[in-house]
This record gives sequence, structure tokens and C-alpha cells, in this order.
Amino acid sequence: MIECKIKVTLDSFILDANFKIPGEGITVIYGSSGSGKTTLLRAIAGLEKNQNGFLKVGNLIWQDELNYVETHKRQIGYVFQDAALFEHLNVRGNLDYVIKRSSGLSKDYISSIYSLLDIESLIDRDTKQLSGGEKQRVAIARALLVKPKILLLDEPLSALDLKRKNEILPYFDSLHTQLDIPILYVTHSQDEASRLADHLMLIEDGNIIGNGPVNDMLTRFDMPLSHSSNAVSIIDAKVIGRESEFNLMHLEFSGEQFIVPDNGLPTESLVRIRVAARDVSITKKKQIDTSILNIFPAVVEEIVPEGRAQVMVRLKMNEVVLLACLTNKSASILQLENGLSVFVQVKSVAILS
Amino acid sequence: MINEYDISALIVTIRLAIVSTAILVIIGTPLAWWLSQTKIKFKVIIEALIALPLVLPPTVLGFYLLITLGSNGPIGKFLESLGGNSIAFTFSGLVIGSVIYSLPFVVQPLQNSFSSIGRRPLEAASTLGASKLDRFFTVVVPLSRSGFLTASILGFAHTVGEFGVVLMIGGNIPGETGVLSIAIYDHVEAMEYSQAHILSGGLLLLSFLLLICVYVFNRRFSILRSAEK
Repeated sequence: MIECKIKVTLDSFILDANFKIPGEGITVIYGSSGSGKTTLLRAIAGLEKNQNGFLKVGNLIWQDELNYVETHKRQIGYVFQDAALFEHLNVRGNLDYVIKRSSGLSKDYISSIYSLLDIESLIDRDTKQLSGGEKQRVAIARALLVKPKILLLDEPLSALDLKRKNEILPYFDSLHTQLDIPILYVTHSQDEASRLADHLMLIEDGNIIGNGPVNDMLTRFDMPLSHSSNAVSIIDAKVIGRESEFNLMHLEFSGEQFIVPDNGLPTESLVRIRVAARDVSITKKKQIDTSILNIFPAVVEEIVPEGRAQVMVRLKMNEVVLLACLTNKSASILQLENGLSVFVQVKSVAILS
Repeated sequence: MINEYDISALIVTIRLAIVSTAILVIIGTPLAWWLSQTKIKFKVIIEALIALPLVLPPTVLGFYLLITLGSNGPIGKFLESLGGNSIAFTFSGLVIGSVIYSLPFVVQPLQNSFSSIGRRPLEAASTLGASKLDRFFTVVVPLSRSGFLTASILGFAHTVGEFGVVLMIGGNIPGETGVLSIAIYDHVEAMEYSQAHILSGGLLLLSFLLLICVYVFNRRFSILRSAEK
């Protein structure tokens, strides 16, 4: 558990962050630029001087009325937006900088970090010869050598082009599954947030406006993300089988099955599916003569107007919540109302892992 | 051609330049670091004070130093009350004069170089477990190599070339305070142009070579920096 109650005062900006988040998994801090998300991360690292409050990570108190633990004693892993590798050292020098300063790093731990991020091939390179993605990998490895109690990532992908992003995203997936420390990930990209987050924290004008499990935050109507034109819902599922004849695989979630193009993931692996609200349609009776494969029974939970011609509908399929964006007219033809049992048709999905 | 007096002037000059440069780097580094980091309001006053020797006639500086360091001056009196001698007309006095006179040539390049590092590498080092002093020696110093080099060369060259301050507080005692620039003046006064030529030409060449070093190093660093971007 991470408990934070911090107030930071900058020239004309006040960050007032009061929250509790789980002490495991990835918490994405999501907000537009200037919302204070980087300031929050810096405050947690002890890099913002003009601040006061309380901060507890696990059972360590880093800050309260009496004590303030300085950054170099906090045992944090911090990855800066621009990687911030030391220019005067090569890759090995950058990594050794930490190894020299932390006591009791076992050889096994060091080599496990190196293999987690494929560092071996980069180790004798000059930092100037690395691509943006390689720089970030070295920066993450360097941060993990601190044996951090928490890993803080400040928009680690924002300086990279799409190709580099896709190169490095799988590394975040493995961080997620192989590390047992909490990860705080700052981003302004809804894509990254929906792909990586277990827990989502929304920040706006220096205030935390929402904080909870990712799909809750994406689909709750009192949260801004459910009202954007690219509103999405997240479903966590598991590969349970394939139809090799059609090159399809079956993903199980909450007692139902998604049928999607086979991307080669082994059976039993966990996958995250992202469904855009505009790719979901609703019927009252189950359609039979249709090209759509993914049709599930659902119950309407709530309907809100979205702009002048549309409505956003939140539906529940057993334990899973899904958003659908329809026209006003369709909603009125279907006579949609809260509690109504319907069928949802999902035209397309994105598989995120 | 070159007499004993010239040789001793050369030795005193080089000794003075080395000692002064060492002291300049030792006191200039913390001063420049503080100036590059501080946000206090009277910073400009300190900066102007350090820069004063750039515009002040050296004789003015020498005059005030003579007043304060001489046996009737506050510092001179204080030293004599401790049982020592006045340091005007001594090598130590010359060193003090040179350090003050060359201070801006050391502090300014260091301050520029410290400021250009930015806070990011230092923040990164602190997240990696490095304390304040550790960060200074393992991040700031290596990233400021060119600044240190420029500062040392300029401090050295400027000390070699000074005349006015030395004339006022040095007294031209052979082997103690007699330096090259004054030896040249003496040769010209005595109409010994050929000796003045040798010493002047030597200083000209030395200064030129030192400045080439400064520019070569700064160029190399700036090329390296821009190549990364």
C-alpha cells in the first residue's frame, strides 16, 4: 500500500495529492500536460523541494511532519522521460554507477535485470550510440539495480516514435509480470494507460479526480475518460483454444468467449482486450444471420447523453463492464432503459499483449 | 643574451602562475558552483564584484591591495601583530594580487559550464543513491572537463601576463617578485631591445598556444555535444 498526502507549491501551480494505491502492479497516473502528474512523481521521489505532507511506501515512511528522507536514501527507481543517462560514462559505466553504491547486490540479481531488459548486447556501447528505445532500456535497468521499493516511470515512451514504442512495450509487460514492486507510470496517452494499468489515477489541475481499478476508471460516467470520443473498455481474458482452420483463437472472460484472430499467444496466457465504445452495437434479440462473431448477453446499467446526437451506454456482462456508443435514434428505437437485458455485438477488438 | 635576471624572472613568473592557478581553481570551484545554483537576490552584486578586475585598471587594484596589505594597512597590521611580516613586496602578496586579479577568468567559465549541465544528471544521480558531495565529484566535475580546462588555462595565462598589479605590490625583487612582464619593461627602459624581443616574443607565442588549446578543447566538446543531438 502506498499512502500519499502531499502538497507541492510551484510558482503559480499547486499540486494537492491525497491518495492511497495498492502496493503492487502498475498504477498509471494519467492527465494532460500541465496537470501535475510529473510533479507528483518528482515529489514522491523527493525531487521537489517546496512541498510538505506525508508519504508512506509499504512500511517505510519517507516523509511526515518530522522527517524527510532525501532522494539518495529513498531507494527508488526513477526513469526520466529522456532517460537521463550519464553522457560521460558508457552503458557499463552507467550501470556500475549504481552497483558501486548499493551494497549486497548479488550477481544473480544483476544478471536477471540484464536479461530482463536485454542489456548484454548494449553493455560496451557508448550512450551516444544508443537509439531512444535502447536508452530507455538501459535507464530502466539502471533504476532496477537500485533494488527499488517502488519504480517511478515518467512518460518513458513519449520521446519515442511508434516503432520504438512497440519495441519497448513488451519489456513493460515483463516488468509487470516479473517484478513484485509497485510501479507508478506517468503518461498522457490513453493507449498506454489502457494497455498497462492495473490501477488508474486521474489527475487534473493539480488534483486527483479519480483513483481505482482501470476498467472502473475508464467506464464510470463520473470520470472524464468515459465521455471522450475514443472511450474504451478493458477486458482481461485468457487464451483457451484455437480454430486453426480459420486462424482464430478463443479467449475466455467471465464465462463468455471472445473469438479473435490468432496472434500466436500460447494457450493459458493472459491477454488484455480493448474494446472501443463505437465498435459495440446493441440488439434486443440475438442476431443469427450476421458476420459478427462476438455476441454476448448483457444488461444495461446506465445511459447518458453524449453530445447532441449520441448516447453512451454502460453494460454489464456478468462481472465485466462494457461501454457502447449509440445514436440517440437507435437508443430510442430500442427503447433502452436501465436494467434492460440486451445483446451486445462487438465489431472489433484490440489485443494488447 | 638572456641573463640571470631574465631566468629568475621566468622562474618566478611560472611559479606564480602555477600557485595562483591552483588556488584559483580551489576557491573558484565552490564559488562558481554556488553562483550557478543559488537564487538569492544579491547574486548579481557578487557577480559584479568578481568581474570588477575585467574593467578596473590593474593599478587601481594594486593600489588598494598595497594599502590593505602594507604594514599600515588593516591586514598588514593584523599579520604583524601575529608576529609575521607584511606581505606587500613578497611572493605571497603577489599570489594574493594575482588571485583576485584573475578570479573572473576562472569563475566565469566554470559557472557557465556548471549551469549548462542542468539539474537532470544530478537528479538522476541522487535517485541512484549518490549524496551531494558524491554527485559533485562523479557527475559535475567530469561533465565540466572543458570548463575546468578553459578556466585553468585562462587563469594561468592571465597571471603570466599581468603587469599593473605586480608593479604596485610586487616591487620587482629579483627571485622573489620580479616577473617577466616587468623584466620586459626594464629591458625597454634600458634600451635592450633584443632581450625585450626574446621575452616578448616568447610570451606572445605562449599566450597564443594556450588560447589555441582553449579553443580546440571547447570546439571538441561542443562538436561532441551537438553530435549527440
